[in-house]
Amino acid sequence: MTPTARILMCPPDHFGIHYEINPWMRRERPADAEAAAEQWSALCAALRAAGAELALLDPVPGLPDLVFTANAALVFRERAFVSRFRHAERRGEESVDAEWFASNGFEVERLPDTLFFEGAGDALFCGDTLYAGYRIRSDIQAHQWIARRIDRRVIPLELVDPYYYHLDTCFCPLTSSAALYFPPAFDAYARTALVEQIPTLIEVEPDEARRFACNAVVVGRTVVTNTGCPRLHARLRAEGFEAVETPLDEFVKSGGSAKCLTLRLDGEESTRT
Amino acid sequence: MVAPFVSEVEVAGHIIDGLILPKILDCITAAGGSFQIKRISVGQERKDPSYALLAVTAPSQDQLEAILADIRDHGAAPIVEHDCRLETADRDGAFPEGFYATTNQRTEVRRRGEWVEVRDQEMDCGIAVDPATGAARCVAMSDVGRGQAIVVGYHGVRAHPQTRDSERNDAFEFMNSAVSTEKPKGVAIRQVADEMRRSRDLGQRILVVAGPAVIHTGSGGHFCELIRAGYVQTLFAGNALATHDIEQALFGTSLGVRLDRGDIVEAGHEHHLRTINRIRRVGGIRRAVATGLLRQGIMYECVRRNVDFLLAGSIRDDGPLPEVMTDVIEAQSAMRQKLANVGFCLMVATTLHSIAVGNLLPAWVRVVCVDINPSTVIKLNDRGSFQTLGIVTDVEPFLRALVDELVKGPGAAAPHGVRV
Repeated sequence: MTPTARILMCPPDHFGIHYEINPWMRRERPADAEAAAEQWSALCAALRAAGAELALLDPVPGLPDLVFTANAALVFRERAFVSRFRHAERRGEESVDAEWFASNGFEVERLPDTLFFEGAGDALFCGDTLYAGYRIRSDIQAHQWIARRIDRRVIPLELVDPYYYHLDTCFCPLTSSAALYFPPAFDAYARTALVEQIPTLIEVEPDEARRFACNAVVVGRTVVTNTGCPRLHARLRAEGFEAVETPLDEFVKSGGSAKCLTLRLDGEESTRT
Repeated sequence: MVAPFVSEVEVAGHIIDGLILPKILDCITAAGGSFQIKRISVGQERKDPSYALLAVTAPSQDQLEAILADIRDHGAAPIVEHDCRLETADRDGAFPEGFYATTNQRTEVRRRGEWVEVRDQEMDCGIAVDPATGAARCVAMSDVGRGQAIVVGYHGVRAHPQTRDSERNDAFEFMNSAVSTEKPKGVAIRQVADEMRRSRDLGQRILVVAGPAVIHTGSGGHFCELIRAGYVQTLFAGNALATHDIEQALFGTSLGVRLDRGDIVEAGHEHHLRTINRIRRVGGIRRAVATGLLRQGIMYECVRRNVDFLLAGSIRDDGPLPEVMTDVIEAQSAMRQKLANVGFCLMVATTLHSIAVGNLLPAWVRVVCVDINPSTVIKLNDRGSFQTLGIVTDVEPFLRALVDELVKGPGAAAPHGVRV
């Protein structure tokens, strides 16, 4: 029996393309609010169907990206390492996130002011190791700081493609020993480190990576992604996973997809053995 | 030589598993810098972080800053600099515990926020600082005096790895791969000759460290030509070289072997003892030259041409000759005094003296080590400096070709190298 997964989400009431802080965002290509709401609800339904229990963060006007709860914090057991965003446009989210974690029983940890860190968007556990993306959004020093606080191995991975600006857009742990990844998003050292450390690495092809195939939510043996990733889904089924697709194109306009819209609160599947 | 631009950085975390350390090192070299790993500790368990302290060197301040900015993104942060820590020597002849042990590389110590160059650079010594003047110099263990201020620990000390001189395309640049008997020696010898000419033109001293094989192989004459042509200012050797040289001058033999014919002379094995005895009877080599007893050979030329020679003894010496220093500490100290302004050092056919002198020389003095035995050359090369060029060959053809280059003019040596 899969233990119940607890996932934090934020309704897209104020979601929109109000600024451009990644190559996906174009203000002249706005999100359709109604379609976004429908897609978000469908994602919620797919996650509930997979056995997840959802917690909701209240949306706030003027914070269109609050919907991407993956960037709220890195959750490690009862501690929440709240993000410090690189772009001023998102810094308003930090206090909202901190308040939610504090009032929901988490111990809130704040990074030094000099370091940027964008939560689970750039920090994903696979087994007992935290894999951490750096250089585009998060600083490697932030990962080193967190490593000391949680006493775990933290392997920094340099991201080199601005389209894959967060680690969760190009890497997704499935279990403690298997993960999806899109190799061109990493520098050569990071690719080598991943190959050396993770026994089963499933490569995602460029066209499916652009459909955010790696931005997947794993609940038990169910993997939920955006539509348009048929080859990955076939591979996942061959590996014994249930692959579920749900359209998330309105969020892709903003540079996010399934995983970006969620934050696992009780530890990812990949941390369990 | 222009001091390179150096900054120390540290990086911590899971830098080995994550390949962050190799990436940082690659970034440094790709940007034209170099590095020295000054300290490294590797985490024992998976979750334990590792740590590395690096000295980053670049040819200019701008390049250094560009490198530091680049590697900062990968987590390498400049360390906070401290003054060096001094402790007073509590006895003669020994350092305080934890003393900084020197290398042969150019070294600086930080005092009151200023970096001061350490003088008399030598490996395996300590650093004494004069509190009145702030001057720092290397001091050997046996020379430590009670009350001297000695640098302890690693803070506030930086050693500059020897940098390649990119403007000079020379033998030291392209010949510095592993010692091999397969290298084209003609080219190397020509470059050695160029180096010696250059040192002489710059007014630097040329030091030759030579073993008795110079005499046994019949190369004494070539050596004398080098001295007469002004290419030797200082000679370090032992009792044996001087004895066999003088034996040859007096008897025409070396260890009883007639050098012109290669046969053994009746009772020739006694020649070296009779040689030593004669020199001791007249009171030394200089006296032997002054009285006309000694009229040729290396030692004769040294005395005539004012070559500053130092003979250091060993436990198996016969005699020894009166000039031989038998107290090794005294000899070491005297050798040290004679190293000032040495710009080039040629070591031929001697293992122990070569290593001893190699240990005394700073890394920036160019050294050529010539020996028929590769292991001697390798030992010298293991000083860790690419300023040491090893040539594996018999001494006689080497010196003959070198004399041809230096005395008879460039290109006079056989074009395809010497026959070995």
